[in-house]
Amino acid sequence: MEKLLIPVQGDFVAQRFDLATEIIIAEFDKNIGKLTSEPKTIIMERASDDELCQMIVDLNITDVICGGIEELHYNFLTWKKVTVYDSIIANWQTAMEKAVDGTLQSGEIIPLAKGGQLDT
Amino acid sequence: MNKHYDIPLLLEGIPHATMILDDSFCVVHMNRLMEAITGYTREDVTGIHGELVVRSNAGNSKGQLYSKVLKTGKAESVAGDLINRSRRKIPIQYTVSALDGIDGSRCGLLVVAEDTSATDAENQQGILSSETTELIGYSPKMQEVFNLVPLMAHTDASVMITGETGTGKDKIAEIIHKSSSRARYPFIKVNCGALPSGLLESELFGHVKGAFTGATRNKPGMFELANKGTLFLTEIGDMPLPLQVKLLSVLDDNAFLPVGGEQKLEVDVRVIAATHRPLREQIRKQEFREDLFYRLHVLYLHLPPLRERGEDVRYLVDYFFKKFTSSLGKSIVGFTPEAMETLLQYNYPGNIRELKNIVEFSVNMCKDKHIDKDVLPSYIFEPQKIAEEPPGGDQRKQEKTETIPRYSEETRTDDKDSWEEIERSMIIDKLKEFGGNRTKSAAALGWGRMKLWRKMKHYKLS
Repeated sequence: MEKLLIPVQGDFVAQRFDLATEIIIAEFDKNIGKLTSEPKTIIMERASDDELCQMIVDLNITDVICGGIEELHYNFLTWKKVTVYDSIIANWQTAMEKAVDGTLQSGEIIPLAKGGQLDT
Repeated sequence: MNKHYDIPLLLEGIPHATMILDDSFCVVHMNRLMEAITGYTREDVTGIHGELVVRSNAGNSKGQLYSKVLKTGKAESVAGDLINRSRRKIPIQYTVSALDGIDGSRCGLLVVAEDTSATDAENQQGILSSETTELIGYSPKMQEVFNLVPLMAHTDASVMITGETGTGKDKIAEIIHKSSSRARYPFIKVNCGALPSGLLESELFGHVKGAFTGATRNKPGMFELANKGTLFLTEIGDMPLPLQVKLLSVLDDNAFLPVGGEQKLEVDVRVIAATHRPLREQIRKQEFREDLFYRLHVLYLHLPPLRERGEDVRYLVDYFFKKFTSSLGKSIVGFTPEAMETLLQYNYPGNIRELKNIVEFSVNMCKDKHIDKDVLPSYIFEPQKIAEEPPGGDQRKQEKTETIPRYSEETRTDDKDSWEEIERSMIIDKLKEFGGNRTKSAAALGWGRMKLWRKMKHYKLS
């Protein structure tokens, strides 16, 4: 069973890992490529990349989808055996679906994001 | 607007990363500097919300800044930073101005992200400022170097910088760039020894979509991103021979083909190269192309090792001492005469980098008002026993110059190892002491968990 974490902003994957305060967590089974539970939302007290890294480790997250992330935190997470899909520009739900079915790649710009608004 | 002006050409004339957004804040145009700073090409992000591309922390996460400017028509300028696609955080001055169409209606925004890393570094206090471009040197040999820098900045000819590891080759290259007319354009550093041949070619020249497995989109190379600026090729002596041919052809023609591409790209890039390897010897061994050597060796700058810079050591010790005591909030007064004498006598095979590490180590370890000899890293006493006799005024310097230039590469490697070995064994000791508990070990070492993790990774302890 895999556990996915996405820092989000509105409908989008948050543009920066270190500035996100809203987090989506979902469990999925990569063998069948489907979510096994409803995604949950967590609101953080304040934005902090270090605390977010700690949360990822504490919650045994296996996959992270994010926008911009600093090298330091990226390396930390990959060292912790977390799969990090970074530099994603996308609607978070679409990105999550692609990660669950194993087709998401780092740096991916999903066309639905084009023309989208951030203040939704 | 498009009917009257060639917008892309206009943007290329602006010496900062710039883009134009439409009235729904989506990217319409961006210049090459914006492509370089964000890591995205225009074709990738046309039609995407500007803030998703720039990723600033300038209070614009929901496009508030954009909305305000579009509504009021008044330009806003905010200092902040961005995180680009290469996971680098870059300080910027983020300026957003409104654009009006011919009919007077508001039609979009002009967004400028000025890279302020150079000015920020100058103003910054503390540990990080050691990464800025300052150079300290009062010795005749360094004065010669300083005299040459302005001359090299006033030309576009290629420069070859040589010098041992830790002598400041990178800083000199950056200073030459910052003092040149290309200062407003990118300074991009590529380590030619850090990547295998195939990757280095793609890194330097870029690739087109489908050029090889995994090339899912066009990627601009460093030559393209450094257009109008300076490309600094460090460890050029480690560049594979086939790539040397391609580099030579770019230097001759100012144009190149991206990997898998069919259309030549023209660039205007100044190349500065550096190496610690003896290139002439490599040419004899046929490991480096002679024609490329002469092409790069138009201007030549050799940075002297610290052991040949006499009293500069004292200035550098003082400089780093002040820097580390203030950044670490320590109330240490200075070094004891014995400790200072030891530092002046040591011959620094790792040059300034090593001196800086020694001072940082001492400031961290010192618990008294003065840093005594026993606080200095123990390894610095070992090579001295072999290299020198007890000091005696000027005789000491004489002995130094006679014995030290014969320093072998092997000795240098050993010394580097012993420096790192100390830190490595400190980490192992603490981990053993706390039964592998990293949080406790990090606390005992005075580090955060992240720093311990970095160090463990560096020493392959993870």
